[in-house]
Amino acid sequence: MLLGLIPSRRLLSIRRSLIQCRSVSSANTGRKAAVDRVLSAFRSICGEDCVSLGEAIREQHGKDESVHKCRPPDVVVFPRCLEEVSSLAKVCHDHNLPIIPFGTGTGLEGGVGAVKGGVCFSLRNMEQILDLHQEDFDVTVEPGVTRKTLNAYIRDTGLWFPVDPGADASLCGMAATSASGTNAVRYGTMRENVMNLEVVLSNGTVIHTAGKGRRPRKTSAGYNLTNLFVGSEGTLGIITKTTLRLYGIPESMVSAVCSFPSVQAAVDSTVQILQAGVPIARIEFLDDVMIDACNKFSSLSYPVTPTLFLEFHGSERSLEEQVATAEEITQSNEGSDFQWAQDAETRNRLWKARHDAWYAAQALRPGCKAYSTDVCVPLSRLPQIIVETKKDLLESRLTGPIAGHVGDGNFHCLMVVDPNDPDELHRVHLFTERLARRALAMDGTCTGEHGVGLGKRTLLSEEVGPLAIQVMQGLKDSLDPKNLMNPGKVLLKGEL
Amino acid sequence: MSGRVLVGVKRVIDYAVKIRVKPDNSAVVTDGVKHSMNPFCEIAVEEAVKLKEKKLVKEVVAVSCGPQQSQETIRTALAMGADRGIHVEVSGKDYESLGPLQVSKIMAALAKKEEAQFIILGKQAIDDDCNQTGQMTAALLDWPQGTFASEVSLEGDKVMVVREIDGGLETIRINTPAVLTADLRLNTPRYATLPNIMKAKKKKIANVKPADLGVDLTSRLEVLRVEEPPQRQAGMKVETVEDLVAKLRDAGKV
Repeated sequence: MLLGLIPSRRLLSIRRSLIQCRSVSSANTGRKAAVDRVLSAFRSICGEDCVSLGEAIREQHGKDESVHKCRPPDVVVFPRCLEEVSSLAKVCHDHNLPIIPFGTGTGLEGGVGAVKGGVCFSLRNMEQILDLHQEDFDVTVEPGVTRKTLNAYIRDTGLWFPVDPGADASLCGMAATSASGTNAVRYGTMRENVMNLEVVLSNGTVIHTAGKGRRPRKTSAGYNLTNLFVGSEGTLGIITKTTLRLYGIPESMVSAVCSFPSVQAAVDSTVQILQAGVPIARIEFLDDVMIDACNKFSSLSYPVTPTLFLEFHGSERSLEEQVATAEEITQSNEGSDFQWAQDAETRNRLWKARHDAWYAAQALRPGCKAYSTDVCVPLSRLPQIIVETKKDLLESRLTGPIAGHVGDGNFHCLMVVDPNDPDELHRVHLFTERLARRALAMDGTCTGEHGVGLGKRTLLSEEVGPLAIQVMQGLKDSLDPKNLMNPGKVLLKGEL
Repeated sequence: MSGRVLVGVKRVIDYAVKIRVKPDNSAVVTDGVKHSMNPFCEIAVEEAVKLKEKKLVKEVVAVSCGPQQSQETIRTALAMGADRGIHVEVSGKDYESLGPLQVSKIMAALAKKEEAQFIILGKQAIDDDCNQTGQMTAALLDWPQGTFASEVSLEGDKVMVVREIDGGLETIRINTPAVLTADLRLNTPRYATLPNIMKAKKKKIANVKPADLGVDLTSRLEVLRVEEPPQRQAGMKVETVEDLVAKLRDAGKV
């Protein structure tokens, strides 16, 4: 039973694992006793039905959509309102129990794994859409509200929330990970679109980062607490409300596809389109390996070369101008097969390849798992990093079709790997570290969208440097002195 | 031919809402609950607007029967591209007992008054799922009907309609004027965008009473009781798979 507590790591020697075994087991016993003591307190706060010890429930809340293995919490609670969240947090704080906030479990960096056990706060019962202000373009939502739910709710107001990370994620979860998406190039990421947060700190204190109920479009008032919590991945507090900036639904949309003879040509076109002032909404890059996978998966026949997928938003007249400018630019960079469409059905058909990319990549090697890398560099360095990365993939004998948000300099290698091949897993691990360091060497970041989570803490230290890490640690110590908020994530201190 | 299309739009509880039954089992809770245009009506409006954009018809008129709030639904249709609206005022007890028979009498009367060439409706409403209004309207007017349409094309003074039926797809050709009802795959309705919502505020909505159209609203149906689907009986929560197997064995199921 003892050995079952350790996640199997084939690279560790048996002796080391036995030593670790003993110290983990005593920490576990202490914590399990603490959990038993607080169960009745939990039940009296949020009701019998909202406290779960069931193995299946705990496992469901110990993993996300990353390749990190499941690390289930000791207990899952399902608070129904702010007061319950605060009371539950106080109990956890008094008994030194870790607190892990959980939205939809669609994260990609293992952020919800309970590495030190503890209490998972599943916030799905708090699902109200509050305070929609159409004329002010803002709305406040609770953590159980996902982005598709919000957009369906506000669809007849002519407004939408454009940040689109792919998954139908919790909006508060998106705030916690500073999510981004395919149309960040025009509408920004969560950092630019969260106006205010209601946060419960580890001791149960409730704060409003921009002041309760406030939603001015801009402010110079005090330290920017809102953006401190955006991207904090549950390590500073539990987000219980987020006030979001909304945008007008575009009058019209046009989608286009264009093939290029080289990565350089595709990226040059991207840079020139942006320089020409075209307010392009989405500009997505698929490399030849990715296009080939998409052709096979969706029975398409795109030329197997680097390809750009573009989307334009605006009025009819502005679209004509945008598309004409973009077409001219792509042609001057030896782009070919420029196709575009305006009606919904044809647009979806044109973009089908991009939409199915994740599945197309996995279909390349059935039975394998897919893992997405995520680095971001200044635009001018993008061709170089993609070329070097493709070379690395070949040399490492790895399958990694590339899809990227070129307008932001952000790209993903969709690594397709056999989970039963430890050598391949190891090669993937080394490859992703080299990729991250390559990006860092080019003035970039080790994570453009997915966050630091469990696996990129060392890279974060390399990226921002020890002094900035010290400041981050200082903030963490100040807001969460007992290190109860999602331990083992983002910052290196406080791991197993 | 007038080139005028009447489109019926119904205000219903939004499809994403969790429905609750009133404690007295008389009806479903509607107070404070989000309402929006019936999704099949959205498809009907989209088809009408597309016909106008192709210059195959000249005017799209959105019609809704209901209380004051039905005007919001008409405004959404206007924002999607309808030219003007007609709000047939029905409220209180009359509204609670309003059903396909009365609505089809209203639509028939309006079609004559407006000299409509087409009536396009959603195939059914997501609250009552009746799937009757289009068919009854056609019968009252003695017009041909193309229901469950997944494809519509005008051919001179006739209409070709591809219908979704149990066995697959059926193609029919009918004369005009005609009643069409929209099925799911007919089109993808556009969103009402902000600029269009602003423009829609200036379009006209006429107010009409059913009595003005000579329509009697008396219902031949009486709702006796509304119930939620049966709750699952005395279920037992088990925490582990072992528990589950043991309980199944005890119950003689395994």
